[in-house]
Amino acid sequence: MSELLDLNLVEASKALKNKKITSLELTNAYLKSINDTSLLGAYLEIVEDKAISMAKESDKKLIDGTARPLEGIPIGIKDMFCTKDIKTTASSKILENFIPTYESTVTQNLWNDGAVILGKLSCDEFAMGSSNETAAKGNVINPWLKNKKMSPGGSSGGSAAAVAARSALAATGTDTGGSIRQPAAFCGITGLKPTYGRCSRWGIVAFSSSLDQAGPLTRTVSDAALMLNSMAGYDQKDSTSANLKMPDLMDYLDKGIKGKKIGIPKEYTQDGISEDIVKFYEKSIDWLKDEGAEIIPVSLPHTKYALPAYYIIAPAEASSNLARYDGVRYGARQEASSLDEMYELTRGNGFGDEVKRRIMIGTYVLSSGYYDAYYLKAQKVRRLIKEDFENVYKKVDYILTPSTPTTSFELGKKQDPLTMYLNDIFTVPASLAGLPGVSLPVGLDKSGLPIGIQLIANSYDEPGLISIARVLEMSAGFDFIADGAAK
Amino acid sequence: MSNKDTIVDAPTVNKIARLSRLDIPEVNKENLTNDLNNILGFVAQLDEVDTSNVEPLASVTGHKLPLRNDDVNDGNIEDLVLKNAPEKSSGFFVVPKVIE
Repeated sequence: MSELLDLNLVEASKALKNKKITSLELTNAYLKSINDTSLLGAYLEIVEDKAISMAKESDKKLIDGTARPLEGIPIGIKDMFCTKDIKTTASSKILENFIPTYESTVTQNLWNDGAVILGKLSCDEFAMGSSNETAAKGNVINPWLKNKKMSPGGSSGGSAAAVAARSALAATGTDTGGSIRQPAAFCGITGLKPTYGRCSRWGIVAFSSSLDQAGPLTRTVSDAALMLNSMAGYDQKDSTSANLKMPDLMDYLDKGIKGKKIGIPKEYTQDGISEDIVKFYEKSIDWLKDEGAEIIPVSLPHTKYALPAYYIIAPAEASSNLARYDGVRYGARQEASSLDEMYELTRGNGFGDEVKRRIMIGTYVLSSGYYDAYYLKAQKVRRLIKEDFENVYKKVDYILTPSTPTTSFELGKKQDPLTMYLNDIFTVPASLAGLPGVSLPVGLDKSGLPIGIQLIANSYDEPGLISIARVLEMSAGFDFIADGAAK
Repeated sequence: MSNKDTIVDAPTVNKIARLSRLDIPEVNKENLTNDLNNILGFVAQLDEVDTSNVEPLASVTGHKLPLRNDDVNDGNIEDLVLKNAPEKSSGFFVVPKVIE
């Protein structure tokens, strides 16, 4: 069993195609892992029968020579993606019985390429959170230092925990302000947020539509490349989908970084960042230099204002998007004698505290008399943040930053919403600018928790991002496995 | 948006809750008001940024929203549309009685 779990996605895919293993064996190994690691709470829904029938279907294609790029690979899906006939709750009580009648574009792309679904993964409610603690069914536990009950990060906490715990070979996530990269950093895995528009948003539960973007959480950079190859693509059903063909990312794994210019923004090493992270950030800079990159200090002067701008824009869009939960068309309803009272009770009862806070903030900043001072102001600052990046990309090819200011923290320790928001301080700027970013593990801190480093590329340069990330990955040689992972 | 301590008071919180169609139990209102003031105080930092002559940015894609022909390309899925409705009858969504 263990040998099967030891294979990363690219290795498993090769073993499947060379008929060394079958998808049924691999899928069964992962179903057993899910069971063995169930205390982590990563899965909200396990679809064993469907997984087995998809695996058998894949095995047929592997034998008759019609295997597709992800043929027979068992993966987990963040519960933000609508999956036809499989419960999709966005970790919210208001959607606890919602069974979509259609499939999201991204997941359909994965099934079209032969992937096997294991189940749906927990996340923060409507992807609003950075610790997975806002999930209606309770938090997920990080498989690292499992006895201490650390946060897996969020919002894609279930996805990151499952990949780190080896209960999914890879997983999908969504990233609005850091929801793929921050949990990937906390769980010692690779998390890639593509350029806004690369992956269709169609069928993904909407949080903040100008920021939401799907991406893969995987063990390695190569695995991320293979997953993203399948997930990305133009979709007429998403009006912001990019009508650009992405080259095969697997062709960019070994391009190296000779002569590439890496920008080191001075604004990302401020007070409050942990010493161990600074140490590994400096090591990462040296590694890239040793591999032939040119290191250039740069400045992104509006970095400090990214988080405040984000906490106006994202709640504003959320308050508008979440207006659809009206107890009429789908989702839970609280009975009441009048329509307005029904709305208020349904929403008051169905949403958790963080979601309510964000709806309230969003409604306030969009309300008459405050719109210009808050919402319009934040949109103007967003432009300045985007221009900061545009200016820097005239001088450098990529930007290197820490992924998070600290490593994972104990569950239940951060009660104040604002302290929680600071987790995303290094991931939010690239989100506001729509840029692709990847977090990958480069080492462990003193307590044995993974440290993530982030690379940010210019729009639509996922191929280059993969090349650089791969170099950093090889230099770091991170080969630790979480103590809470399936054996 | 500069007064850091009390940007929103209890009546304002009631008004936003009403606009948001959220029932907030009385016992939770004080905490919620504090949280909202903390968050709004934090975002008020944006006041420091000079944004004169800066156009607001609503979308990063830079492309124009695509148009399509106004053709019917979907439909006849009434059962699917109604499938998740909490209450339905004869092909309709059912809501509490509205009397104006």
